[in-house]
Amino acid sequence: MAANSRISREEVARIAALARITLGEDELTHLASQIDGILDAVAVVQEAAGADVPPMSHPIEVNNVSRPDVIVPSLSPEAALSGAPASEDSRFRVPQILGEEA
Amino acid sequence: MSDLIKKGAAELATLIASGEVSSREVTQAHLDQIERVDGAINAFLYVDAEGALAQAELADKARGNGSSSALNGVPLALKDVLTQKGIPTTCGSKILEGWRPPYDATVVTKLKNAGVVILGKTNMDEFAMGSSTENSAYGPTRNPWDVQRIPGGSGGGSAAALAAFEAPLAIGTDTGGSIRQPAAVTGTVGVKPTYGGVSRYGLVAFSSSLDQAGPCARTVLDTALLHQIIAGHDPKDATSINAPVPDVVAAAKSADVKGMKIGVVQELSGDGYEKGVADRFAESLAILESLGAEIVEVSCPNFKFALGAYYLIAPSEASSNLARFDAMRYGLRVGDDGARSAEEVMSMTREVGFGSEVKRRIILGTYALSAGYYDAFYGSAQKVRTLITQDFSQAYQKVDVLVSPTTPTVAFKIGEKSDDPIAMYLNDVATIPVNLAGVASMSLPAGLSEGLPVGFQIIAPAMKDDRLYRVGGALERELHKQWNGPLTNQAPNLVGQ
Repeated sequence: MAANSRISREEVARIAALARITLGEDELTHLASQIDGILDAVAVVQEAAGADVPPMSHPIEVNNVSRPDVIVPSLSPEAALSGAPASEDSRFRVPQILGEEA
Repeated sequence: MSDLIKKGAAELATLIASGEVSSREVTQAHLDQIERVDGAINAFLYVDAEGALAQAELADKARGNGSSSALNGVPLALKDVLTQKGIPTTCGSKILEGWRPPYDATVVTKLKNAGVVILGKTNMDEFAMGSSTENSAYGPTRNPWDVQRIPGGSGGGSAAALAAFEAPLAIGTDTGGSIRQPAAVTGTVGVKPTYGGVSRYGLVAFSSSLDQAGPCARTVLDTALLHQIIAGHDPKDATSINAPVPDVVAAAKSADVKGMKIGVVQELSGDGYEKGVADRFAESLAILESLGAEIVEVSCPNFKFALGAYYLIAPSEASSNLARFDAMRYGLRVGDDGARSAEEVMSMTREVGFGSEVKRRIILGTYALSAGYYDAFYGSAQKVRTLITQDFSQAYQKVDVLVSPTTPTVAFKIGEKSDDPIAMYLNDVATIPVNLAGVASMSLPAGLSEGLPVGFQIIAPAMKDDRLYRVGGALERELHKQWNGPLTNQAPNLVGQ
């Protein structure tokens, strides 16, 4: 890894773990060098604007939208569960989310 | 039968409305063409022949009952990023393989209500991330003009389906150019409406503040007719604009540019733009000038930061949006052996289910949003967005629309840039500023360079989508005189390949 790199292989591994993506050794090495190159290219944005420029998160003015609290038809439990990898008793069946000890 | 597929949507709609042909015949002709050529093109991920013919029968009945829809009975190809109830929707990803959504996107509901016949779902870069359709988990789509070349992306399937006469209409989605760049390199027409102009309900989200569905066809009028049907306010999309849809059909028909001021964006020319692209662009400008438009030069100095801002904002939003693919509620689940935790199953599923471009962008976005880097990357990109929007507002004080080439080059060869993300990202340099500001934009064919299509981009202020159609319609009318019809009529005949 070049001395002037923006992001290390270890850091990419840490970020991938945060993003819940397992990466093999080869894939990690390849991705780390590409992401380093991309960060280098996009860092140009840091030269563009001073502190006086407000950030923009959305192209149109976004207001909170509400509707009358009226019950309208929605998906049936069967339809909502129709694409689930596993279901049981009208619920999503998922792997354990707490450790054995919990 | 086979000459039906060469006709445009407006003409087909007229023939169907008059009873000269049935929607069933038109639909069958397109299904036959898909059967003949899609082995070579791979535009479709799923063809719903049975469903399409059933919709066609309904359209034929609606005709008998006096349907008023402008596109009743006309077939369409739907990008596989929009949900259609009961029809497989993959977004070009293994992680959604086999998923059949339990609901229709609002765009799909509007199409069905208008009697438009949905032929099937088209190929795309995985989760719309890419400019070549090579990132599809189901193999690349090929450009009908040269099957060794890319059809653009991410909506390469929709654009190729039009150019290969597999459908007269298609729906695309455009986050950084995914409607316009494929339109440019396949010699077709594509419009990214104003952000909020078309509902995103049922559009699988990539970058929510940039994504916009839009119409694609082979002519400006056909595109306008489709635009009119899919646009409009939708209470199911909180970012949908609650205002009347600009009359794009009237604008396409008027095609009058007399007295309009057209600004040429200086920053979207020069280095990196091929000579053939620059030449076709200059010729198109001369045509518009001869029709009475005034051509002026406009500078948008902050556009040079657009690509950098886009490749921070889009991955950041994607890293959040794609967290929903967690192996719990739908799609793929890998490694659930009863012993592994949900987190382990999630990580293993995402390793297997996502392709490399999607992983690259999720990791990039997660990094850009992480503590310690947020201000330097995501925060700076958001400021650039403000500057680019200001560039547009200042330009529109002087001109009615802006124009540029849609892409710097014609279609490149499959495999040429597939492992060089930065070279790939440069394809979108002229289309990306539009999405950052949420304005409206069209690409239409400007001619050929060494036998390959070149696109002409028009950019209008937000909610002035009608101006795209006035300018596009005027340019197209003159070019069609030169070409004796749409440019796609010159595409190689694929039958027998």
